[in-house]
Amino acid sequence: MDKIVKDNRAPVSQKPLTMPKPDKDAIGATVGIEINGNPYKVLIGTTILEACRQNNIHVPSLCYHEDLCLAGVCRVCVVEVEGMGTLQAACTFPIINKIKVRTTSEKVRKARRHVLDLMLSEHYGECYSCHRNGNCELQKLAKEYGVDSYKFGHVEKRRYQIDRSSYSVVRDMDKCILCKRCVRTCIDLQEVGVLEAKNRGNNTKITTFMDKPLADVICINCGQCINRCPTAALKANDPSDEIWNVIDDPSKHVVIQTAPSPRAAIGEEFGLPPGTSMTYQMNTALKMIGFDKVFDTDFTADLTIMEEGTELLMRLKKKLVDGDKNVMLPQLTSCSPGWIKYIEHFYPDYLDYLSTCKSPQQMFGSVIKTFYAKEHEIDPSNIVTVAVMPCSAKKFECNRPEMDSSGFKDVDYGLTTRELAQMIREAGLYLPDLPPGNFDDPFGDASGAGLIFGATGGVMEAALRTAYELVTGRPVPFENLDIIPCRGFDGVKQASVKLEKVKPEWSFLEGVDLNFMIAHGTANAKKVMESLVRGELSNIHFIEVMACPGGCLGGGGQPIPTSPEIRKKRAEAIYQEDAGLPVRKSHENPHITYIYEKFLTDGPCGHLSHKLLHTQYVKRGKFIG
Amino acid sequence: MIDIKQNAMTEEIEMLVGKFGSTRDALMPIIQNIQINHGMISDFAQQEVARMLDVHPVEVYGVVTFYSFLSETPKGRYIVRLCRTISCDMAGKEAVARAVERELGIRFGETTADNKFSLEYINCMGMCDQGPSMLVNDLVFTKLTPHTVVDILSKFK
Amino acid sequence: MIKNKSILFNRENLGDCLARGLSKTPQDIIMEIRESGLKGRGGAGFPTGTKWMLAAASLSNKKYVVCNADEGEPGTFKDRVLLTDFTELVFEGMVIAGYAIGAKKGFIYLRGEYSYLLKQLNEQLQKMLKDNRLGKNILGKGIDFEIEIRLGAGAYVCGEETALIESLEGHRGEARNRPPYPVNTGFMGNPTIVNNVETFVTAAIIMARGGEWFTKLGTGKSKGHKLISVSGDCEEPGVYEVPFGISINELLKMAKAKNPKAVQVGGASGYCACSNEFERQISFEDLSTGGSIMIFNQSRDMLHILRNFMEFFVEESCGQCTPCRIGNVKLLEGVEKIERGDCSLSYLRELIELGKTMKIASKCGLGQSSPNPFISIMTNFEQEIFSQR
Repeated sequence: MDKIVKDNRAPVSQKPLTMPKPDKDAIGATVGIEINGNPYKVLIGTTILEACRQNNIHVPSLCYHEDLCLAGVCRVCVVEVEGMGTLQAACTFPIINKIKVRTTSEKVRKARRHVLDLMLSEHYGECYSCHRNGNCELQKLAKEYGVDSYKFGHVEKRRYQIDRSSYSVVRDMDKCILCKRCVRTCIDLQEVGVLEAKNRGNNTKITTFMDKPLADVICINCGQCINRCPTAALKANDPSDEIWNVIDDPSKHVVIQTAPSPRAAIGEEFGLPPGTSMTYQMNTALKMIGFDKVFDTDFTADLTIMEEGTELLMRLKKKLVDGDKNVMLPQLTSCSPGWIKYIEHFYPDYLDYLSTCKSPQQMFGSVIKTFYAKEHEIDPSNIVTVAVMPCSAKKFECNRPEMDSSGFKDVDYGLTTRELAQMIREAGLYLPDLPPGNFDDPFGDASGAGLIFGATGGVMEAALRTAYELVTGRPVPFENLDIIPCRGFDGVKQASVKLEKVKPEWSFLEGVDLNFMIAHGTANAKKVMESLVRGELSNIHFIEVMACPGGCLGGGGQPIPTSPEIRKKRAEAIYQEDAGLPVRKSHENPHITYIYEKFLTDGPCGHLSHKLLHTQYVKRGKFIG
Repeated sequence: MIDIKQNAMTEEIEMLVGKFGSTRDALMPIIQNIQINHGMISDFAQQEVARMLDVHPVEVYGVVTFYSFLSETPKGRYIVRLCRTISCDMAGKEAVARAVERELGIRFGETTADNKFSLEYINCMGMCDQGPSMLVNDLVFTKLTPHTVVDILSKFK
Repeated sequence: MIKNKSILFNRENLGDCLARGLSKTPQDIIMEIRESGLKGRGGAGFPTGTKWMLAAASLSNKKYVVCNADEGEPGTFKDRVLLTDFTELVFEGMVIAGYAIGAKKGFIYLRGEYSYLLKQLNEQLQKMLKDNRLGKNILGKGIDFEIEIRLGAGAYVCGEETALIESLEGHRGEARNRPPYPVNTGFMGNPTIVNNVETFVTAAIIMARGGEWFTKLGTGKSKGHKLISVSGDCEEPGVYEVPFGISINELLKMAKAKNPKAVQVGGASGYCACSNEFERQISFEDLSTGGSIMIFNQSRDMLHILRNFMEFFVEESCGQCTPCRIGNVKLLEGVEKIERGDCSLSYLRELIELGKTMKIASKCGLGQSSPNPFISIMTNFEQEIFSQR
């Protein structure tokens, strides 16, 4: 399960009880309670809501989210607890003694309906023209409670301007119902701290520092707030109209690359259970929509491994053999644009630790508009590259001014999984019914190593599969190449691999324990960085960091809702697909060999690579001007 | 010029942090002091406080906007707060309010052009037995009439 | 100044409350407070002895005593009088409480509107430190206790104990979920007792006069005497010490009220009694109050009064929970509708139902009590209000 770190930002009482869950069989560990007249046994410290859900008793909720600390503010989940004068929020009430709960009494029913009516009176609900139509928690509740009129009025006109300043996240406060999930996501889950409530009473509003546009504050664009918003108050900046335009323009050669995570999740948008892999149906859909070529980002993930792995080995050599003080270790991964912006803001003095490799998305863009354009004799100015990503930060990344090493904007549009699903629906297609289709050559075949980039620990696992073999000439000593210590959802993972019987050219690594760490979610990244700042990581060589909980599969562009369980299922789908692929190591991908033979002829980290596949970072700092 | 002012602000906040500590619970006393000294808590000051207490600037902003005695926009040197709760209201608050508005030439919620006075309403300030009442900064004035209130304000002019 | 002759708040032959308190064991102090039947004077009326006992039972080595001097309830000013006239007893009560529960640190959360009292309070603290009645090894008994004054910044909701703690911790004054209660998880997650100014003074006096003496005052479930702030239409507004069980009529007589039509008991968030209820008692059994009545005479427009109250709550709601944030606005809009003469009776009933929901579904005491004036005024004066429009 996801170990979401809940640090001391939130008021103590708004966190789940830190009481250790006792062993189920220990004496006094459980308590007998009564819900609606029926007896149940639950572990002490379980909340009423958890107890109900464990026993399939429906209690509606809104401000509650599995990933987040507790708030108890929406009051939708109120229940009656015998002996207490007021109703209690089921989501926050810890069970520590025998209580009798009623979830269906008249008081409860009336109160919930009133709460709902009040919310609807303040919500600018234009359901037809709302992108969360059909996937809105407030709408669902309104249906559940049979709302047929606005008892306490209804907002007819917009009150706030939509903030579209950010490349990634759009804020529409007219849709906000003040559940504060975004605040808890931003401050507690991710520890970025962009969103908070201002004012009080009916003037309360979720806002940024001094009400500034999102683009002007230290938002890292991770989009985790979007994934947890129950309504349409937060959404990604949707470029699909522009993409339709270029698709419909015959002079444009529109190429799409698809990242590993969307295929493991897009099925959810079509009602399939989480963890249903849709790789090949998605290829068909993309072709039918009208993309000229459908490529696999996994290819540049493999390329990233070659470049980043080589960079690591070079850094190790410079540090260990040459004693070069300007070389920084541990090397930090650079695939996650949310993480990049995070470190640029919060640890601007540590940018030298970052790998200089571009993310797979950006590598793809520059390869398409150079190598691919040349090989297929297409004028790169007519090529439009679109990237399907699980990510909202990718939209910001492709608009970074330095991302033009091909001479053009390397990637024109970042499209989220949700937006692609919308395009597929708009094209009149039902994804699950489509026949499987393949990726296009030459960037269609990728290794399983590239695929597992989608899960936290995946980059590390892929890198180890290649680096170990480069150095020792043997595959990594793990059964079926599954490097289990890299997998799972612990916030920060650490492990090591011993390098033995190395090839002569790597003799300086003989007997070295290659130490690596993996962190996902910027709150965990912060922990790792604090250790680094304190000088505690001098023995670590390589750290993978992903901005989103669970890695890319939990990205801010993925289908809504998200939960630890859903992310686990998506990870399973990715690892399963990896296990079934014929090539599972990046360096064995024949197209990788080909590109280094034909194009990047001076090899990984060579001159051309540096021009096209590597980048530099900006010291942003925290000051908001 | 701005740099000099900012350096002075940073020094002042460093001093306050030295006095009240750098944990989150020092936030209120620190920003209350800034409010008193400067009539506002500027965005720069908020960010400096956030940096020194290791909280996010938006959290400081959330706190500043929550409390009615704290402000992120400039307030006059004298903040006139007239109680508007029912006991003072029944004792003749309306007439006093109009007299103050006329005297200062501003409406409630506004600040005079010379930044001398800000005029605000306050919710019950616990002088219900002596209404109408008002605070000018931290001085209390009670049993106000349209005449006495003008005399009082003239002392601050 | 307390206007009438005081029995409880009377320094004659009182002796040294602090010395008397500290000569007992912590268990004895708590037993004495429990036996006295003292209930919280802030309005909620939770038994003080029980609160202290729960905090004392905790094994935590960091505990806190908080004096709630955020007296923001409209019409209430008795704590102001106590802080002015009985400063030393406020602090002594806190020291005794700290000793009883095992706390070494106390906060007094003084509302920003009372900042003019700061000087006097600080002087008293200095004096007590000098006299060894505060600080290290108090009165040579080996007891340490320090008191820090914190100022509020203009937020009524911070009178709610968990919102107060949030404010102390440097957060927005948003009430916490209860349970867990502050006696377990209070300031910085440590056991904390939050008591009203009057509670501490009364506890200090009980140390000197004894719990048994105290039980002889008041009624069955409401022991002792209570300070009541009286304001509104009367000749003698002010703070009165009254025994629990006193009727509204008796209070009106004391304050020399003429032609009273209605009495708001317990401030804006309290109950509005009409003239045929004036025989009702001030007590936890009947009309409970944190310590105020406001008197309205025949000339007053009840809807105007209600509007004033509802405007207050709309502004002072912390805004986190739905029923309070939006509910109060709907009630205020209802008042405006009635003023305009376009509120149907059935909509009024709906609003009263909404008020009842707010009372049970809001997160904290503010939202749970803010509909009280709406419901009581609309119930007691519906005909009068509608006939005038």
